[in-house]
Amino acid sequence: MGLTNYAELAAIILFGIGFTILLIDRNLIKKNIGFAMTDSGMYLYLAAKGYISGRKAPIVVNGVTEMSAYINPIPAGLVLTGIVVSVATSAVMLALTVRLYRKYHTLNIDEIADKARKERE
Amino acid sequence: MARVRDDMGDTRWGRLQRWLREGDDSLDRAMIAVWDESAEPEPEPVFTVPPARPEQKKKNQKHTAKLEKLLRVFSVIAAVLLCVGIIGILLHTTALLPSFGREDNPVHNEVPRRYIEKGMNEDTGAVNIVAGMILDYRAFDTLGESNVLFVAVCTVMILLRLQAGDPDERLGSDTRDRLIEPHSDPILQVIARVLIPLILIFGAYVILNGHISPGGGFSGGAIMGAALILHMLAFGEKQTARFFSYRTYRAVSVCALGFYALAKAYSFFTGANHLPSIITIGTPGRIFSAGLIPYLNIAVGLVVCCTMYALFSLFRKGEL
Repeated sequence: MGLTNYAELAAIILFGIGFTILLIDRNLIKKNIGFAMTDSGMYLYLAAKGYISGRKAPIVVNGVTEMSAYINPIPAGLVLTGIVVSVATSAVMLALTVRLYRKYHTLNIDEIADKARKERE
Repeated sequence: MARVRDDMGDTRWGRLQRWLREGDDSLDRAMIAVWDESAEPEPEPVFTVPPARPEQKKKNQKHTAKLEKLLRVFSVIAAVLLCVGIIGILLHTTALLPSFGREDNPVHNEVPRRYIEKGMNEDTGAVNIVAGMILDYRAFDTLGESNVLFVAVCTVMILLRLQAGDPDERLGSDTRDRLIEPHSDPILQVIARVLIPLILIFGAYVILNGHISPGGGFSGGAIMGAALILHMLAFGEKQTARFFSYRTYRAVSVCALGFYALAKAYSFFTGANHLPSIITIGTPGRIFSAGLIPYLNIAVGLVVCCTMYALFSLFRKGEL
């Protein structure tokens, strides 16, 4: 016990870095990068949860279908789903960023908010 | 009490209540006013704010700027505290989790046991257990994923498509880097002529062998999409548009998603439990085996390939 789950530890730290960038940085592109980093942290976490020491990837070799020969296949499927969804979300977020830049000619979210407020008044 | 009632009568909720109880038409009038602003002229303001003197205005502005700056500093501090708190809670939880890589961890329960022990020989016929899982046991999940990609391309198209005749948009497209960068670079073209067929063949191999080796529709489709992107970069948009346009994208995506939905719809007619399937699983390890999985892989691969190219094309030139 204790903090000896190094893979999960790395995943949490990666998630934390991404989340901090997402909240603190004012640049929209860097916010997108932070979001992608939180995604990567989650994939590492899921993959670490599915691993069993000394076993092979879940592809049947020589007709052996014993539970004791392969790692858990379910986290692999979950990570696959996550990767596809993160591609879709980053595409939509980057498209929104492009639109905002074309309209306000800046990527700083505070300046965008200021300009939008002035425009409304 | 009476005063409270009077105050409440003027709020939106009070008006709604009156409208429900007595058929008061003030809410209708308010709605009409919202929809059709030109119906009623706006009433003159009862009292006007006296114009502030210049020095007072300046002072006010300075004050607001100071306040905003303070608010921003405060928000940054709050964000840092929040992040540190979340990371601390997650690290504490991680320390309490079962340790890494042990086979008696609670995640390794009867579900992966069923997938591994019965998956290849009885249920799906796929040698790649993950492919059997995502395209047979959990095939509807994968249908949803493919639809997410399709919806993402539609959204990006709505956001980025250039409207013809809009002067602002045209100006934006004229100043793009694609018009400044060098065209028809001979080195890139020669390399691309050799590489593109190889990449396409490798992508097709990964898709078609998805059920007997590592790979599948998502990875193979991404490889084939990379070949299309390389073609566009090497030979220019006009050459690629000869065989891949908006119509191609629409036809291929809709056909592939429709085929997937139809191919999996049969399980509703056999009692929503498609494990005892009418489609035989064949001999595991052969290319024509594993029931519907190779065909579903092809459908997913086509959707992913089109999506990759469509996203790149939309971000680069604003249209397909």
